[in-house]
Amino acid sequence: MTDTATNTAAAPASPSRWKDVWRQYKHHKGAFYGGIFLLFITLFVMVGPYIWTLEFDKLDIRAKDMRPIYTALWDSDAKVGWNHPLGTDNLGRDLLAQLMQGGRASMAVGWTAMVLALLIGTLVGVLAGFFKALDGILMRFTDLVLSLPILPLLLVAVTLFRERLLSVFSPETGMFILIVAIIGVTSWMQTARIVRGDVLALKEREFVLAARSVGTSPYKIITQHLLPNVLSPIMVSATLGLATAIITESALSFLGVGFPSDFPTWGKLLSDAVPRMTEYPERVMLPGIAISMTVLAVNYMGDGLRDALDPRIRGR
Amino acid sequence: MNLKSALLGAVAFSTFAPALYADGHEGERGRDGNVSIIYWQAPSIMNPFLSGGTKDVEAASMVIEPLARYNPEGELIPWLVDEIPTVANGGVSEDLTQITWKITEGIKWSDGTPFTSADVKFTAEYCMHPEGGCAQVTKFEGVKSVETPDDLTVVVTFEGQTPFPYGPFVGGESPILQAAQFADCLGAAAPNCTEQNFNPIGTGGFTVTEFKPNDVIQLAANENYRHEGKPAFATINFKGGGDATAAGRAVMETGEFDYAWNLQLAPDVIAKMEEGGKGVPVAGFGPLVERIMLNNTNPSPDLGPDERSVIRPHPFLSDPAVYKAMSLAIDRPLLVEVGYGKAGKVGCNWVPAPPAFASDTFDCSVQDIEGAKKMLDDAGVVDTDGDGVREKDGVPLKVLYQTSTNAVRQDFQALIKDWLEQIGFEVELRNVDSSVFFGGDPGSPDTFQKFYADLEMYANTFNGTDPQAYLANGLCDKAPSPATQWQGENISRFCMEEYDALHAELAQTADAAKRAEIGRKLNDMMVENGGMIPLVHRGRLSAHANTLGGVALNVWDSELWNVADWYRMK
Amino acid sequence: MLTYTIRRLLVAIPTLLFISLVIFLLLQLAPGDPMAQVPLTVPPEVKQKMREALGLGQPIHVQYWKWLVQFFWIEPQVMIDYFFGTGLAEGKLRVISWQTRSPVMDIVVQRIPQTLWVVGTAYIVGILIALPIGIYSAYKQYSVFDQAGTFVSMVGFSIPPFFSGVLVIVIFSVNMPRESFFWFPSIYDTTLVVDSWASFGQQVRQMVLPVMVLALQITAQLSRYMRASMLDNLNQDYVRTARAKGLSESIVVMVHVLRNSMIPVVTVIALGVPAIFGGAIITEQVFKVNGIGQLLITALFANDLPMVMTLTFIFAILIVVFNLIADVLYGILDPRIRYD
Repeated sequence: MTDTATNTAAAPASPSRWKDVWRQYKHHKGAFYGGIFLLFITLFVMVGPYIWTLEFDKLDIRAKDMRPIYTALWDSDAKVGWNHPLGTDNLGRDLLAQLMQGGRASMAVGWTAMVLALLIGTLVGVLAGFFKALDGILMRFTDLVLSLPILPLLLVAVTLFRERLLSVFSPETGMFILIVAIIGVTSWMQTARIVRGDVLALKEREFVLAARSVGTSPYKIITQHLLPNVLSPIMVSATLGLATAIITESALSFLGVGFPSDFPTWGKLLSDAVPRMTEYPERVMLPGIAISMTVLAVNYMGDGLRDALDPRIRGR
Repeated sequence: MNLKSALLGAVAFSTFAPALYADGHEGERGRDGNVSIIYWQAPSIMNPFLSGGTKDVEAASMVIEPLARYNPEGELIPWLVDEIPTVANGGVSEDLTQITWKITEGIKWSDGTPFTSADVKFTAEYCMHPEGGCAQVTKFEGVKSVETPDDLTVVVTFEGQTPFPYGPFVGGESPILQAAQFADCLGAAAPNCTEQNFNPIGTGGFTVTEFKPNDVIQLAANENYRHEGKPAFATINFKGGGDATAAGRAVMETGEFDYAWNLQLAPDVIAKMEEGGKGVPVAGFGPLVERIMLNNTNPSPDLGPDERSVIRPHPFLSDPAVYKAMSLAIDRPLLVEVGYGKAGKVGCNWVPAPPAFASDTFDCSVQDIEGAKKMLDDAGVVDTDGDGVREKDGVPLKVLYQTSTNAVRQDFQALIKDWLEQIGFEVELRNVDSSVFFGGDPGSPDTFQKFYADLEMYANTFNGTDPQAYLANGLCDKAPSPATQWQGENISRFCMEEYDALHAELAQTADAAKRAEIGRKLNDMMVENGGMIPLVHRGRLSAHANTLGGVALNVWDSELWNVADWYRMK
Repeated sequence: MLTYTIRRLLVAIPTLLFISLVIFLLLQLAPGDPMAQVPLTVPPEVKQKMREALGLGQPIHVQYWKWLVQFFWIEPQVMIDYFFGTGLAEGKLRVISWQTRSPVMDIVVQRIPQTLWVVGTAYIVGILIALPIGIYSAYKQYSVFDQAGTFVSMVGFSIPPFFSGVLVIVIFSVNMPRESFFWFPSIYDTTLVVDSWASFGQQVRQMVLPVMVLALQITAQLSRYMRASMLDNLNQDYVRTARAKGLSESIVVMVHVLRNSMIPVVTVIALGVPAIFGGAIITEQVFKVNGIGQLLITALFANDLPMVMTLTFIFAILIVVFNLIADVLYGILDPRIRYD
């Protein structure tokens, strides 16, 4: 396959290596466009509200149930207007402003929960796979967390910590911390199990045995030989984890343990719109597309990153 | 004489009601095959004495029946008895302490054995057993003894004067159980009688053939049912689970089911489903009112657990100008349009039904934001520090507004928040999962009894047609507090000596007109003095297939009260 | 391997006991009240009486001990009675649900068939579709097929079932004419008895929509893992060696690469099996399948602690057992992994 293949994983990090990685990454088409899209959507939710200054929770009951402006293309009777380019909901809240605001929350929840889950999952997985003494206890702990029912867990957390968080932060920030923590803490187990499985197999491979025999420290073995090789399942978990976190958040809001009801997120916009799906398809499609496209973009970036970091493929 | 006319008024004489609703539709039993009913909350037990949940009471009402029940107009009608006992016909003693029921001759249980007064007496023993945990024990409150002089006569004696003696054995919550079947299920043994609780033997039109808890109930026509040619359906498939949207869709859009219960959905969603053309929604109005409760105590988190939401007064909600301005800022017709459509009316009263008890003192159907602002300005509640939020005596009008999780309630929250902020409030919204919010867990800070908020919104109602017990929810000593483990129905902690005195008078009054007058006064006092802000008088909305005949939506009793009269329109 | 398995099984017992204690304490700590669904018209004193009748007033350690005895001692006796017709458990108090006042295990047994039919089928369908897609996508990386597969599976994964479920209902139940072959019921009939070809056909028809929705999610997830894992292995030295030896391409890919790629995939599949028994809460709700998932969620909302406790503990047993199975499978798939 590759002519430059070496028998071990990554060489020590050096400036030229990172340049290499970046060059490879740029050439990955999916990763490139994924990155551009992610940049665009991030700007949309971060900067958007400063350009489109309509407040997301401003009720305008006379202008309720407006359709997106493009509906006018085929239905000249549709209730449309440039003051609400993407239409309004059943209480007259502007959909464009809600999408921006909702995106902030969803992206923040998705990214933070994903990173949290990834860190815990990788750490537990690598430690359990590499150090036999830790394997039993860590994996039994994983079993324990896996079997905890998430809904009572959330209710307990909300009961115990809500007031305390509220006294320090605003209601939204307080709930944000709580939700991110709960989603993060309950979604690392799969990653941990997968990473452990891979590490168990890898640590018996020749290159690790070789590294060990020349007295490489466990820390170095893990960071330089094991981690690069378990990167691809981690990347998959990460992209799936982002989607899961966004969707879990919407389910939680739906059950009333999430953000305050007047605080939109993409998932919540989507679930609120489901009963009126046939009359106002845009209300489910737009947030749905936003979630899917973000996940897809992150997935392509993950693919590109993995390929770029893989010395066997790099330079191909 | 006064007493007699009272009872005559309370109990309208009626002919044999079920016949009225049969639309002249005749034929042999079981001629119309199967009918499918969907309840989006699945019944878990067929014994209403052990559950009290509406879904369970209504499912059970197809099988077991009370002596008398309410018809859709809210009038008492005889069911298993010859007539409703009154003072006029001698069924109720002159001193109002005794009521005598005469059971109709020839009624049989579905197993073929005769229905006797012993079964009625047993039912009272079953529910009044101190260890049974009976959910309907209030129906039997004040009952001294239940005697059976003969097989068809039941005499209920009360401990004191009881102007309204139609508690025990009346309505879907208090049906008669078969003594022979439940003999071993008294008291602490009640929960162990799985077979009995799932398959009770009844006198109703149907019997259970298979009960899968929280899933599905299969019923078949009762071969020993007392009316010839009824029920028209041979079997019922009673499915539970899912959500209201799916249930409505199954009846009105896909036509898979014939009857869907309690569709709490936005009006435009219902209208869209109706376009499906397979079924129609029906609405009925009882005394259910969606309201905002105003906290009469101080809910500040800075107070300790024994003082928070216990000590009066609230820093600003106790000012009449504040709560009246809030009420004035609310556009109730819009709330009805957004949230309930056909199943809602503008609600200005705590007790909106029955008509005799409905006060007409208030008119709240017009929103007046400017008037509300002026009211606050006049009362000196103005914005002194320029942050857009008014202050009363230096305390800013910042409120926490909580309710249970439910799409319509969240829309209401958003609208009302908007209006209140227009008149100078700052509003924080919060919604709590309903199993926590309505649960009485004293350890949770989020229950509606604890009321750790300034405003909270929910709906409440009462059973039957007499609101005396419901009006007791405004008495000072019913306020929840740590001393009562946060139990108590006076959620707003409303407290007024005059109110307590007037309620005591109601409990001593038997004259119907007088009772209604006092009831209306109590209602006005509560609303006028800042106990609550009524929002919407809510109805019950269900849907049935176009081909299903005989449905008469009943909000005073079980919705399935006349399921034996249902038939298939050809 | 055998000693390892036995040791793990022995360790599992205290682990499970500890898990049961943690779950029990968690449920005790969670706010909520089994009387929450009783209408507000029932006064608080009566609700208090009803709570006492359920045994709620007892100290926590007594409640926990009672549950332990009922679950580990009495329920197995009931099972023995059922199979051998003995009378060991007669008159003994079983784990009783607060909602239905009937034994929890009876209801669980009643619910398992529909969950296994629907979720189990979806899982098998999902695996059967996902593995070939994953393998082929990896083998032809960046081909049109791979790109399309990536797109569809990512979109499929990021659409929540409460949306896709309602979408297929609107398409196949509401807008499809009733007579059409493509009309499918939106409500699952749990009382259907399969005893003929006609009723089997009916059973298949009512499974189509929920299986479709569930299989989409499972396929999306599994095919991603399969593809990633295959990609890793396709570039390994041993593959070049195998090719150099002159082995045919199909043997190289399907035997050597696939076997080595299965390790992370086996984890995902094994972890998913307890989830089958756990049911798919939202999908079951949307199609009213009323299986284990629906049982759990209604019990949670009704604060039916014995039911929630028993169900979550059964899931815990399944999780522990299937993780053990996954570990044993690692050893079989990759002989280099040593546990001793």
